[in-house]
Amino acid sequence: MPKNMQLTINGKPRSFDASNFSVADLVGQLNLEGKRLAIECNGEIVPRSQFAEVQLVDGDKLEIVGAVGGG
Amino acid sequence: MSDLLKIAGHSYRSRLLVGTGKYQDFAQTRAAIDASGAEIVTVAIRRTNIGQTAGEPSLLDFLPPDQFTYLPNTAGCYSADDAVRTLRLARELLDGHKLVKLEVLGDPNTLYPNMIETIAAAKVLVKDGFDVMVYCSDDPIIAKQLEEIGCCAVMPLASLIGSGMGILNPWNLQIIIANAQIPVLVDAGVGTASDAAIAMELGCQGVLMNTAIAAAGDPVRMAGAMKKAVEAGREAFLAGRMPKKLYSASPSSPSAGLIA
Repeated sequence: MPKNMQLTINGKPRSFDASNFSVADLVGQLNLEGKRLAIECNGEIVPRSQFAEVQLVDGDKLEIVGAVGGG
Repeated sequence: MSDLLKIAGHSYRSRLLVGTGKYQDFAQTRAAIDASGAEIVTVAIRRTNIGQTAGEPSLLDFLPPDQFTYLPNTAGCYSADDAVRTLRLARELLDGHKLVKLEVLGDPNTLYPNMIETIAAAKVLVKDGFDVMVYCSDDPIIAKQLEEIGCCAVMPLASLIGSGMGILNPWNLQIIIANAQIPVLVDAGVGTASDAAIAMELGCQGVLMNTAIAAAGDPVRMAGAMKKAVEAGREAFLAGRMPKKLYSASPSSPSAGLIA
């Protein structure tokens, strides 16, 4: 039975109806698959190779970043 | 004879490093960078726009990482912790890429660097295996300390970020260059081509700029001008300029053979 999970993503709260929800699942739900990005969960970097293994839990704070123009 | 810029064990033909911000669009960014001849381009690390349309172009589509050396920066960071965190994310983002530009700002109005926080961040990053090119004030003692920490290049400001005021203290830059065993690059403050040439004539190993190109009337043309200025300044430095004299009793034309 899916349960509601609250995550904070890039400073904004979002809820997901999911259990056994991995970082890879999150990337998929946010339509970010194939994008070059880096993810931090609660201040720790999640290596891309571990996206499928790292499970998210209620209350996790995520930063999802990419490269943009800058000097 | 090749005259290459050597940074952290890699060689580059171009001594002009450019930013990728403030352009009209990605196409103009790419055109300007091509005109500049730059091989090293700075990028910023920012939160991804969640909910963006799939397939929306990104900077990386226009500047493929296999064609350019990315220099992720810490622009907008005001503490050592934020800067270190940002560059660790950059390293993950760019598949273990180690070459980074550290800058820790001290004040949102002037964007003057906070060197106490910069030094703290540099120590952590060097220990963590990064090749750190560090934006800094033009204080020769600070620049030397950054070298001793293990930074691979020091990048003192010519004047404030985005000011276009040119080289305000060539004397300090000369002291920094004279004391340094690592490359010194001017970063920030260049306004026009002559500023870049002067930086190179002083003996800088390179120049990093963004606004001087992006905010020019014709950015692509200015990028080409900057390429020439950096090359001309470097050639002039290597050639060795004539000494300055108040006046000279040595005209360039023969003194003999004048008509009576």
